[in-house]
Amino acid sequence: MIEIKNLTVDLGTFCLQDINLKIEPGEYFIVLGPTGSGKTILLESIAGLYPIKSGEIWLNGREVTKVEPEKRGIGFVYQDYALFPHLSVKGNILFGLKQMKQPKGELQSTVDLIAGLLGVSHLLERKPETLSGGEQQKVALARALSISPQVLLLDEPLSALDPQSREDVQHELREVHRRLETTIIHVTHDFEEAIALGDRIAVLGEGRILQIGTPEQIFRQPSSEFVARFAMARNIFSGEVRYAEEGDAIFSIGDLELAAVTELSGKLHASLRPEDILISKEAVISSARNSLRGTITRIDNRGSTIYLTVSTPLDFVCLVTRRSFEELGLKAGEEVYITFKASAIHVF
Amino acid sequence: MIRNMLRWVAARRLTITFLLLGLVIMLFIFVPLLKMVFSSDPGILWDTLGEGEVRSAIWLTLYAALIATVVGLLLGVPLAYFLARHRFRGKRFVETLIDIPIVVPHSAAGIALLFVFGQNFFVGKAFHSVGIDFVSAVPGIIIAMLFVSVPFLVNSAKNGFEKVDVRLEKVARTLGASPWQAFFRVSLPLAWRSIFTGSVMMWARGISEFGAVLILAYHPMVAPVMVYERFEEYGLDYARPVAVILILVCIVLFIALRSLAYRGEKT
Repeated sequence: MIEIKNLTVDLGTFCLQDINLKIEPGEYFIVLGPTGSGKTILLESIAGLYPIKSGEIWLNGREVTKVEPEKRGIGFVYQDYALFPHLSVKGNILFGLKQMKQPKGELQSTVDLIAGLLGVSHLLERKPETLSGGEQQKVALARALSISPQVLLLDEPLSALDPQSREDVQHELREVHRRLETTIIHVTHDFEEAIALGDRIAVLGEGRILQIGTPEQIFRQPSSEFVARFAMARNIFSGEVRYAEEGDAIFSIGDLELAAVTELSGKLHASLRPEDILISKEAVISSARNSLRGTITRIDNRGSTIYLTVSTPLDFVCLVTRRSFEELGLKAGEEVYITFKASAIHVF
Repeated sequence: MIRNMLRWVAARRLTITFLLLGLVIMLFIFVPLLKMVFSSDPGILWDTLGEGEVRSAIWLTLYAALIATVVGLLLGVPLAYFLARHRFRGKRFVETLIDIPIVVPHSAAGIALLFVFGQNFFVGKAFHSVGIDFVSAVPGIIIAMLFVSVPFLVNSAKNGFEKVDVRLEKVARTLGASPWQAFFRVSLPLAWRSIFTGSVMMWARGISEFGAVLILAYHPMVAPVMVYERFEEYGLDYARPVAVILILVCIVLFIALRSLAYRGEKT
């Protein structure tokens, strides 16, 4: 278990203030915040790599606030891997094990075990520069896990990867968490990533923790404008892919069935960008395969654009320009049709 | 045909102009060196190399410069690392200070060193009390070389350390390495090439030092001083063989060490 009490960190231009977090053993905890919100520094402070102004950090009942980073037993993975370029993959994984003064005989078997777990056994003799981004990040994970850390800190571990490897590494993260039951703190600016992986999410903004809760709570009941803006950027649904053939899929949310395009199956999430939804007063016939009838329940004026909530009864947030809003003469309580393409639904 | 050629030239006016100008400076460097080497009689060179006085002068030059380089490594690399990792008020000033030996006349540098390491100042006295004298002695040659050549090593090593991502050291710390271990297992191996190149530059610069060495220690005689002495006392013909040997030794060592430094590096 990791507990952060009243942490204050000076970032030069602003401060992280009154950070209080309590993360349960084995929890996958996400810190969600925009770029420049001090997420990396927060992780470095927890690891002892960045000096803090005040506050306490407790690790499994032991206060480590003043403990040297090498004595904390915290694994760290940076966004762009930070592998040691002068060492092979094996050398990288061995780095921490050598520090721990393990008996020579056990070293090899530990390396094999971890490399096997992350699926990088075939890369052991290679130099980091010859690996793809996804491979490098898996090696970085293997290296961090080699010391059997009490907590694993991940600094935007998926952000530098292309979509294909991102899915791959994300899957790897879930597997590692499931099998090793390591406590993980993962920071990201990506809302979907947060929802897909996190047991709980803390939203960081303006130097403070603005809300802590389950993914469901964060996007259904945002506690502040800031969190809402983060969450409102998308319509996010929990549901299940019922039927899928060659990417042609049905994503069902309760009784509602939406046409989607995905290769995935099972209980998943889907997102839909507000600007991808077309609003009309009559049903339109088009190539878009999803068309629903609903009622405008909320109008959120943002100047030149307007967010509409359309209840079908499932709520969809749609974005229209002020001009089309006025031309269509939309009002609260009015019945409209919303239309969007199957490919606009992103299943994750 | 001719028009095409003219057009070809016109399109590359800048490149051709610069190439020609560059060629002038390259010839300026190479011609004197080559002329001297090739117009020397191999027999005379061989005889000169047979002189014990010449051999010991060259040997003294090489090893005094080597010791200066080792001292530079021990004291300059920590400074380089410190400068690469810390920002502080007056850092610019410190960096300028390090470059000063490059810009001051080396005879003046020799005078300055003589003041401090001579026996009228406490530093010189302290060293004298433990049996180290600098005036007209090998230690004097070494400090003269050290003074004028250490900026090359410090600057090169600093550039090397700056290129090592701080986060690599941070990761090393989380993996159980102390700051010392992180330095020796991560930063130093990664900056090694820059440090080595800097050391070669420093050694080469030490070997070629004349002015400061002349002031502190005319004797024992290093090779550059010997070239000067023979030129002054006996004239060009007598000075040339020693000069040729010195140049050849420098070129061979320099090329060999440089190729060692760049071995395995991707181009």
